[in-house]
Amino acid sequence: MLRFIAKRLLWMVPSLIVVSFLAFVLIQLPPGDYVTTFIATLAASNEVVDQTTAADLRARFGLDQPMIIQYLKWISGILLHGDFGLSFEWQQPVSNLIWERMALTLVLTFSTLLATWGIALPVGVYSAVKKYSVGDYVVTFLSFLGLAIPSFLLALVLMYIAAVEFGQEVGGLFSEAYVNAPWSFGKVLDLLHHLWIPVIILAASGTASLIRVMRANMLDELNKPYVTTARAKGLSEFHLLVKYPLRLALNPFISTISWLLPNLVSGSIIVAIVLSLPTAGPLLLQSLMSQDMYLAGAFVLLICALTLIGSLISDILLALVDPRIRLE
Amino acid sequence: MSLIDLATHAGARSATPPSLILEVKDLVTHFPVRNGIVKAVDGVSLTLERGKTLCIVGESGSGKSVTARSILQIVDAPGRIVSGAMMLHRADGTSVDLAKFNPRGREIRAVRGREIAMIFQEPMSSLSPVHTVGDQMMEVLRLHLDMGKKQARARCIELLKQVEIPDVERAIDRYTFEFSGGMRQRVMIAMALACNPSLLIADEPTTALDVTTQAEILDLIRRLQQQHGMAVMFITHDMGVVAEIADDVLVMHRGKVMESGTVDAIFHSPQNDYTRMLIGSVLKLEQKAEIRLRRSPIADETLPVLQVRNLSMQFGSGKNALKAVDDVSLTVKPGETLGIVGESGSGKTTMGRCLLRIYDPSAGAIDYRRPDGSTLDLVKADKETLKACRREIRMIFQDPVGSLNPRMTVAQIVGEPLLVNRIAAGKQLDDRVADLLQQVGLEPSWRERYPHAFSGGQRQRIGIARAIALNPRVIVADEATSALDVSLRSQMLDLMMGLQDKLGLSYVFISHDIGVIRYMCDRVAVMYRGRVVETGSAEQVCNSPTHAYTQALLSAIPRPDPRARSIHRRHRYTAA
Repeated sequence: MLRFIAKRLLWMVPSLIVVSFLAFVLIQLPPGDYVTTFIATLAASNEVVDQTTAADLRARFGLDQPMIIQYLKWISGILLHGDFGLSFEWQQPVSNLIWERMALTLVLTFSTLLATWGIALPVGVYSAVKKYSVGDYVVTFLSFLGLAIPSFLLALVLMYIAAVEFGQEVGGLFSEAYVNAPWSFGKVLDLLHHLWIPVIILAASGTASLIRVMRANMLDELNKPYVTTARAKGLSEFHLLVKYPLRLALNPFISTISWLLPNLVSGSIIVAIVLSLPTAGPLLLQSLMSQDMYLAGAFVLLICALTLIGSLISDILLALVDPRIRLE
Repeated sequence: MSLIDLATHAGARSATPPSLILEVKDLVTHFPVRNGIVKAVDGVSLTLERGKTLCIVGESGSGKSVTARSILQIVDAPGRIVSGAMMLHRADGTSVDLAKFNPRGREIRAVRGREIAMIFQEPMSSLSPVHTVGDQMMEVLRLHLDMGKKQARARCIELLKQVEIPDVERAIDRYTFEFSGGMRQRVMIAMALACNPSLLIADEPTTALDVTTQAEILDLIRRLQQQHGMAVMFITHDMGVVAEIADDVLVMHRGKVMESGTVDAIFHSPQNDYTRMLIGSVLKLEQKAEIRLRRSPIADETLPVLQVRNLSMQFGSGKNALKAVDDVSLTVKPGETLGIVGESGSGKTTMGRCLLRIYDPSAGAIDYRRPDGSTLDLVKADKETLKACRREIRMIFQDPVGSLNPRMTVAQIVGEPLLVNRIAAGKQLDDRVADLLQQVGLEPSWRERYPHAFSGGQRQRIGIARAIALNPRVIVADEATSALDVSLRSQMLDLMMGLQDKLGLSYVFISHDIGVIRYMCDRVAVMYRGRVVETGSAEQVCNSPTHAYTQALLSAIPRPDPRARSIHRRHRYTAA
């Protein structure tokens, strides 16, 4: 087991090097660079920038050097000093920008995850055990509805209801008073107060699809002979459901962890923009649009690292949970 | 004696236990389906007595399994017991009607696993793959006998020792997939016996096992029955097993009891037509087919159509290498049937697949004589030659369900080889398909139907029609009759032999069933761990085998005659 983990960690090094290079190239592929975008923005407000100023800016940002040099500078900064570079647009170190956003994203994602699993797993099991009953049809109808409604639409509707019916201010994760305030008990309460709208929106479609998956997994397991064996032993129906088929039906969910982590960064961008949430998604989109290459690069690198770590974690968990899997 | 024994043997110790354990009267179990109801069990009555074995026999769909499951009220949805009584007589003199209990209620749960225990056919899937053996066994003890963890573990170890599991202290913490099929079935038996039930229901417990393993499991059940004095209800389709172990027999067909009586009466003076047909088709496979007895033997000097020389097939490499086929040499003559017999894992299927180069053999040669008299080595043949040869060497598979594409009509399935080899198309193809279906005894007008509309036997006929579509010279039949009921088996073999004589086919017939081999084959090769240990004429190998392994194998096969029980006299073969 330890050897397997060590081996996997070692393999992550070349993967990350390749991926970071590709990410860097990809970000530079669109024509122009940050300075071009910057000039275009200025031009929109009738300010003209002459060639020398532009060249000066490029030289200051290091954009006049060949790409490979830029890449080497960037990657060695990360490896040697943990320095992810400077965001052109925000004129701040990238790491400052990212970590604050990531913490909030983490809170939001895990609340959503808890809500999703907490609702979907029991409902899915119920739906499978009572197949073709009235309850199952109701659940099926609701989950198809949940799948069919685009989450940004749900976001708009919920915002309207919250604002008009409850008079709550919507958008963002904090009230105005707390946005720039340091962390305190009051700020946490305020966060919880704002959290429920995005959690409901993000959990809706996730729950709906998870119910379907859970129902299908459970139906596969329910007719297996080992369930009959357990019944023939005299176990109560609830006890045997939890111990045998549910235990096996949960295994596929462990595999989903591997794409859960990268979703932290890139998931639910549309909802986050509609609700103007201070999470990582909108920042990533903005950095890509303005060709803010060090910020975008850091995000892409983060997504890749999280993907690799996520699949390692899910592989290890699967091996722990299912004795049939051997990590060799 | 420890305290545990006192607790668990209490039932067996009471003064004079009643000899009658369970009386089933007019049991009716229905399965409501979309267009009506299926009467799976239709008025079955039976009695089970202490220390006696009742065998329920019948072909697939006869309702024997549902009868057993009805007793414990564990019939799969949507089945339910409609009427009837099932009186369970307890050791303390009281009686209860199991049919009156709520299937999810506390009363029936107290009976399950405690007074009536059950073992199932497939020992792999009947145990959970993610819980240890000990975990699954201790559960019953803790549930019914209120044992603590330590006490339950001690009792489990004792039980596993009783069923002869080696290295019990470590085995108890292992998972089922770490055991062989026979060992898993032993675990199932130990689990069923945990609470000393008064009735053990065994639903085809040896069907998925090799004959030598089957003999050991049958022995074990008999020994434990004598020790514990329980009644055994044994469900099987194998008349040999019935003759070997039964005291009484109940013959079922389409949910109804056809005949019941002592094992001797059923085998030697059956009254019912269906029973006679069943016994008849079993006895038919005990000797060589008449059509083969009449045929003159193939001349010795005939040149073989296939000659396999020192064929080896290795899977994996280095330390984990497995030699599935190890230095095998065989010959097949035109018009001849060569039987390949062996237990699971003996390499017989791998060998068959090597003949068609589905697997690439790692060493050796397969010399194939073309119709023009030239020979070529299939192992070294290039793609084009191989393609041409595969028109002449075809295959029939074991599973009649899995080997036919459910999205294709029968006409498409049978016609596909003709179409892809550009032999026939359009009207001509249609005529050819109709002709092929007629040859295998299927109505040509059925050719627009899909495979699911056919029974198992009919599907296997479709598989045969597909195999003979290209006028092949050799057919490799891999367990072609194993999935069929015994009454269909001889029909299928007769059909194959008829086609052989008409079309001049050679068969390589792979089977684990000695009866089928004896009935159909001219010569037999016995495989054991990848090697051929004995070859000879079918009579010689089946009646007076020379190799010790063949002798051991034959001695473990139960004969369908209760007056000549023999498997307790079997001997084991251990490779040198």
